[in-house]
Amino acid sequence: MNDKPNLNYIDELAEGDVAFREKFIGIIKTEFPLEREEYMDHLKNQRFKETAMVVHKMKHKFNILSMQEAYGFAVRYEEELLEGNSGMDSSFKAILQVVDTYIESI
Amino acid sequence: MNCIIIDDETAARAIVGQLCTKVPELHILQEFDNAIEAIKFLNQQEVDVVFLDIHMPGFTGIDFVQTLKNPPKIVLTTSDTEFAIAAYEYEFIVDYLVKPITFERFEKCIQKVKKSLSQKPVSTAMVEPTSDLYINIDRRLIKIRLDEILVIEAEGDYIKVKTEKEEHRVHTTLKKIKEKLPDNLFLQIHRSYIINFTKIIDIEDNSVLIAKNVVPISRSNRPELMRRLNLL
Repeated sequence: MNDKPNLNYIDELAEGDVAFREKFIGIIKTEFPLEREEYMDHLKNQRFKETAMVVHKMKHKFNILSMQEAYGFAVRYEEELLEGNSGMDSSFKAILQVVDTYIESI
Repeated sequence: MNCIIIDDETAARAIVGQLCTKVPELHILQEFDNAIEAIKFLNQQEVDVVFLDIHMPGFTGIDFVQTLKNPPKIVLTTSDTEFAIAAYEYEFIVDYLVKPITFERFEKCIQKVKKSLSQKPVSTAMVEPTSDLYINIDRRLIKIRLDEILVIEAEGDYIKVKTEKEEHRVHTTLKKIKEKLPDNLFLQIHRSYIINFTKIIDIEDNSVLIAKNVVPISRSNRPELMRRLNLL
C-alpha cells in the first residue's frame, strides 16, 4: 500500500486553529494505541465480531489521515471478519505499523 | 440553531464540532458518545438539528431515529454510503454527510437544514416504504424498481442485481440487501442467490428458471420456496 498518512484534512478544517489541531493529535495519540491493543487482543482470542468493530473504528482514522487505500482495505477486512475470516491480518498489521510510526512523529 | 452531535468516536465528534464552529448560527448544546443519553437530553431540551452517526455499537443511529416521537431535523454522518439510503425513509432526515466531511459539503447541508426548518412542521410518521431500491454505484444512488428485479447473485465482495433490462454490480453483501427487500416478493433460495419468486418461469429439481437465468436451489431452502408457491 502506498498511502502516506498526513494531517492535510485536519489542517484544512483547522484553518490555523492550533487548539483544534492539537486536540485532534491528542485524540489520535491516545486512541490509536488502545485500539491497536484491542485489535490484537480480540483477534488473538478469535472474537471476530469484536475485531471487526475495532477495525471499523480504525478505518475512520485512516480516512481522516488521508489513507484512502488503507481505508478501502479496512472496509473489506471488516466484512471478512464478520464472516469469520482473519486472513487479511498481516496486511492490516502493516498498515497499523505505518500509522504508528507516523503518530510517533507528530 | 441549537444542535447536538452523536457519535461514539471522539475524533469524529471533534471534527463535526469544528465544522459547527465555522457556522456562526450553529450552537452546539452538547455532544454524546451514545444515542441513549441523547434521547434523555432531547426529552428535556429543544434541539433544532442532530448530527447523528449511524454506525454505533449497541444502540445504532437507526435505532435512535426509530425511537423518536417528536424528532428534530437530523443529519446522518456515515462512512458507509449504503446506510445513507435510510435518509430517504424519514421526512425529518434532512441530509447525510459522508466522512471525511468537507466544509463545503457541510455548508450545503446547513443550507438544507435552514430551508427545512423554515418549512411547515413535518409529520413524525415514517414515509410509506417505497417500491424502489436505491443502490450505490460509483458514489451515485441509482433507483431500481423492486418489481423489476429478477435475481440477485453474490459474487465475492459484490452482488449482481439483474433486472429485466440491465445488470448492476454493487459492493455489498447478499445479507445486507436481503434486509431491504420485501418478503412478499423475494426469497433466498441458495447461499449465493435471492430471487424475485413472482418471476419464476419453471422449476426443476435443483433449479429455477427466471427469464434466461437458471438459478440453483439449495436443499435447505427448497421447502420454503415450495411453501410460498401456489401449488396445485
